[in-house]
Parts: sequence; structure tokens; C-alpha cells
Amino acid sequence: MRAIFRKELADYFGSFRFLVLLVLVLLITAATLYFDYKSIRTSTADTEFIFLRLFTTQPEGAPQTEGINLFSFINFFALFFIPIMGIALGFDAISGERSSGNLSRLLSQPIYRDNVIIAKFLAGLFALSLMVITSVLIISGYGLQLIGVPPSLEEIYRLVLFVVLAIFYGAFWMGLAVLFSTVFKRVSTSLMSSLGIWLFFGLFYVLLIAPAIANSLAPTASGTLEAVVHNLELGLSIKRFSPNFLFLEASGVLLQPPPVGSLLGAVPVVTSDLINWMIPAPLSLGQTLLLVWPHLTSLLSLTIVCFAVGYVVFMRQEIRAT
Amino acid sequence: MDKQVIVETKDLTKSYDGAVVVDHLNLSIAENEVFGLLGPNGAGKTTTILMLLGLTEPASGAARVCGFNPTKEPLKVKRVAGYMPEKVGFYDNLTARKNLDIIAELNNISYDESQRQIDRLLNAVGLGKVADMAVGKFSRGMKQRLGIADVLIKKPKLAILDEPTAGLDPEGINQTLDLLASLPQTGTTVIMSSHRLYEVQRICHSIGILSKGKLVVAGSLDQLGRDALTDGRYRIEVETARLTPDLIETIKKLSGITHVEADGNHLSISADSDLRTEIAKIVVQSDIPLVEMKIHEFSLDDIYMKYFQEGQ
Repeated sequence: MRAIFRKELADYFGSFRFLVLLVLVLLITAATLYFDYKSIRTSTADTEFIFLRLFTTQPEGAPQTEGINLFSFINFFALFFIPIMGIALGFDAISGERSSGNLSRLLSQPIYRDNVIIAKFLAGLFALSLMVITSVLIISGYGLQLIGVPPSLEEIYRLVLFVVLAIFYGAFWMGLAVLFSTVFKRVSTSLMSSLGIWLFFGLFYVLLIAPAIANSLAPTASGTLEAVVHNLELGLSIKRFSPNFLFLEASGVLLQPPPVGSLLGAVPVVTSDLINWMIPAPLSLGQTLLLVWPHLTSLLSLTIVCFAVGYVVFMRQEIRAT
Repeated sequence: MDKQVIVETKDLTKSYDGAVVVDHLNLSIAENEVFGLLGPNGAGKTTTILMLLGLTEPASGAARVCGFNPTKEPLKVKRVAGYMPEKVGFYDNLTARKNLDIIAELNNISYDESQRQIDRLLNAVGLGKVADMAVGKFSRGMKQRLGIADVLIKKPKLAILDEPTAGLDPEGINQTLDLLASLPQTGTTVIMSSHRLYEVQRICHSIGILSKGKLVVAGSLDQLGRDALTDGRYRIEVETARLTPDLIETIKKLSGITHVEADGNHLSISADSDLRTEIAKIVVQSDIPLVEMKIHEFSLDDIYMKYFQEGQ
């Protein structure tokens, strides 16, 4: 297994694909730092967790859709970067070997079949983790120079948790891509399927489908507060089927702790006069952890399900030369 | 000729979607020989090979390869058996040497040992000069040669090659066949599947012909040739300057003649025994100049066609 792991990793690091992803990492960090530079220094808002704001700041006037700003670091991470990275690292794991005629040669060697798929997954995960950590570290480093405020211990904890969450999230996309690469014989089919799922969950599901279902199941025509709350609650639950949304929600709580009172899980229907009454104290780390724990485990279990299905399919698959 | 049996199958059966691909196959292959697995497309050759390696599970029946059951102990079989698939592929971005390195590593061959082996094998298959070229730039024939080196790197007791000469130029075919023919001397049994009969005839000691998943015939090449001959037909080809219906009729009346076929000035005669002298006499007596007469020797082609047609 070590031999395959090493070979896969060497492949990733030497490949053009990895280079492209790396350039993407640099571009994202550069853009984030630019926005940080423009907004954080001028901002005089609450002083809590300034360092984390390096990751959540969004450029002023940037287009927003349903409260999701595409240009802040975590959102971009959630919607584009991590899914694409996971898919790019996994989509040809098995189908690539198959179409190049390598698979039957590889499997006729005295190695267990599961070692092949596990080593490939782990190698991809390693490469993915490396890139996530790199981008967070680059932003932290330059950001520190930029704002001159060192991170508090809690901020560091939160960042580490965010990195773990991001890796889990990436692992899900890679698991999905690996699954498709075992199910489909052709590399292009596998890639298109993964990208299709990504588009579906990344754009259509949260923005169009979930609200539509919520509206039809819990119409707000009566205009009463209960109806609106019910509609929003339902919409939120439906949205949580999307891994993108799970990650977005969890990372939001981790990096932008909501004030006590507007608890996640409860619907953030906070009327403006209520806001005035709320104490702007962010949720403590322990409480945050409690909140994101279900998200973390959901993502993990989604990953495991995807990988397990791919694993089982691969173990039972006929290995023909063509 | 009491040789150790290295591969044995017992009622090996496999079906895909209800269609039986390999049907109660009973095969026995002796150690240290070159065995040719023949058969038309879709006869189940590749499926049989995959089952021997434990890459595909048989629906019923069992196989023993080098004393192991490939379904239950695939790793033990794969340690001693090498396999080259029909469409062999490599990591195109890596060099020939690096590709073999990986396989050597998977077989737990030490680095020093593998480097020696790789150099020796690459030279043996005629790829010594391109050892450090990316495999992606290789032609199909070169990949095929690399595939053979790839199989031999683990010094297998059994080398299974699916169409090893497909895509090779005539010189490459000769080199490859010579290399394969020399393997039994170093203790490697070779199983090769092929469509090219003359190749099989040249290097194989025994053959098995598959048709529709069934073993139509198996045995040593000499034995099969004799069988095919004594089975009846001597085929005598006669060419004359011209042909008359009378002549054909007279030949047909000759005792022991079973069939006469005329094509232009060419006669194709089937007989129970070698009737060349008698036929020559008749032709000469009828005042027709005899141009040529020869008896047809059975080649593997005939064995193959005969059994293949029977199989249908």
C-alpha cells in the first residue's frame, strides 16, 4: 500500500493538474488578502475575533445571492474551491487506471485490491489537506502583517477546527468522485457526473430547489409570523441536505460566531428592535463546537458512505482488460 | 512424459447475464512448457485467464494454480504468476524503468535486485535504449514488449500472456516468440492465448482450443496432428493441363476415394489412404499432362478449423 500511496502522491505533485490547483490557491489567497486590506482596516465594528475576519470579510458592494456572498474566502472555499479540488483529485482514481489498461496489470500483482483504492483516496486526501492548510497559512501569515493583530488562542482553535471541517468537506467531494470513478468505466462520464452533482448542490439546490419545496409545503400566503417561521425552518432543514450548505453553515459559525441569541438551528428571524436588545457576545468555543458537531459528523458520514459504496463496488467489480 | 501439473481446472464455469462464457472447463497444463490457448473471439479465453488469476470469480467449479486456489488465495497465486492483459497499459507519464520499478516494489523485490532485473529484461525485450523514455511516447509494439518485461520481473513460475504478439512487427514477433520459448528452461511455464496459429505452432508444446466456453480439444501438438491425420482424410491436390469430366469420373471410381472437387484445372481429392500413385497412373493413362501433385499435410490451421467447425 505504501508503494501505491507514494506513487500516487508523486503523480499528483508532478502533475499539471496540481499546478493549476496551486495557482488557484494562490489567486484565492491573493484576492482574499486584497479584500481584507480594503475593508478590515477601515472597519470599526466589534473588535471580537478580528483575526478570523481575514477569512470572512467580503468586499463591499459585491453581489449577494440569498445572503451568500460568493467572494468571501469561506464561501468561495465552500462553493468552488474545495469541491473542484476534491473532484479533480478523485475523478480518475479508478476509471483512469482502467482506461489506460493499468488496472488489470496492477491487480495481478500480489496486493490486496482494497489497498489500491484506499491508497489512492489517502494520497488524494493528503494532497487536498496540504492545499487547504497552505491557503489558510498564507492568509494567516500575510494577514498578520496586514492588520497587525495576532490571533488569540481561541481564534487559533477555531481556525484549526475550520481546517478540519474543510478537509472533511473536501474528503466528501473526493469520496463522491472516487465513487463515480469506480461506477463509470469512462473518465469523462465520471468527471461529468461529479461536476453535475456539484452544480446541483452548489447552485440550484440551495438557491432554487430548497426554497421552492419549502414554499410549496409551507406557504406563507397567510402572512402570519408562524407561517413565515415555519417556512424558513423547513427551508433550512431542506437546505441541510446539501453538503455545501452544511459546510457553509458550520464554517460560518466557526469563523463568524453568531451572537448569543441568534442561535444556529433556530431560525435567525431577528427583528430589528430585538437586535438592539441583544448583547453582542459571540458564542463560546464550546457552544460553537456543540453547534457544528452535527455538521461535522454529517459530512464525515457522507464521506464514509460515498467511499464505502465506491469501495464495495470496486471490490466486487469485474476486472476485464477492456 | 510425466510432468508436474501446474494449472488444473475442474468444471470451471462462468456466465455473464445468463450467457455461459466458460462452460465446465477441465484443463490441465503441465509444468515447464509453453501452452497455447486458442479459440475464436468470444470463446472465453480471457475469462478463463482471469479466473486462473483470481481476478474474476467463477460461477462454479474450481481452479488450482501452482497448488493454490485462485478464488480463495489470490495473493498466493499472484505472487508466483505474472499476467499480461491483452491491452496492456502503463503509467504514460513515467519512464519504462519507473513503471517496472513500481511493479517490482509491489512484489517486494529489493531495489538493487530490481535494478539489475530491469536492465536485463529491458535489453532482452529490445527496449534497453529507451529505458528512460516516458511510456506515453512508446508505440503499441513497444508497450507490448514492456508488458512482457513487466510480467517477467517477478520471476514468475507461471507467465500468462493474453495475445502477447498483437501489434508487433514481424521482427518483434520473432524476438518475442524466441524469448517466450526460452522461458521453460528457466523454470517459467508459459500460457499464451493467440489467434495467430503459426506462432502457436512454432513455440507451443501443447494447445487447448476453446469454442463457446468449452474445451474442444487439448493435448500436445504432435499428438493432435497425428489424430487429425489418422482421423481419415488424406487430401491430395492435383493440377493438370486440362480436365475432362471423364477423368474426374474415373478418379471417383477408384476405391478409397471419398470426395473429388474440381476447380479449373485443379482437383482436390479426399482419400482414405495415400492414393497418389494410383491417381497419377489414371491421369497419365488418360493422356492428360500432369502438372503437379502433392499431398496436403495437416497444419495447426486444419486442426483448428476442424475442431472449431465441430464446435459449432
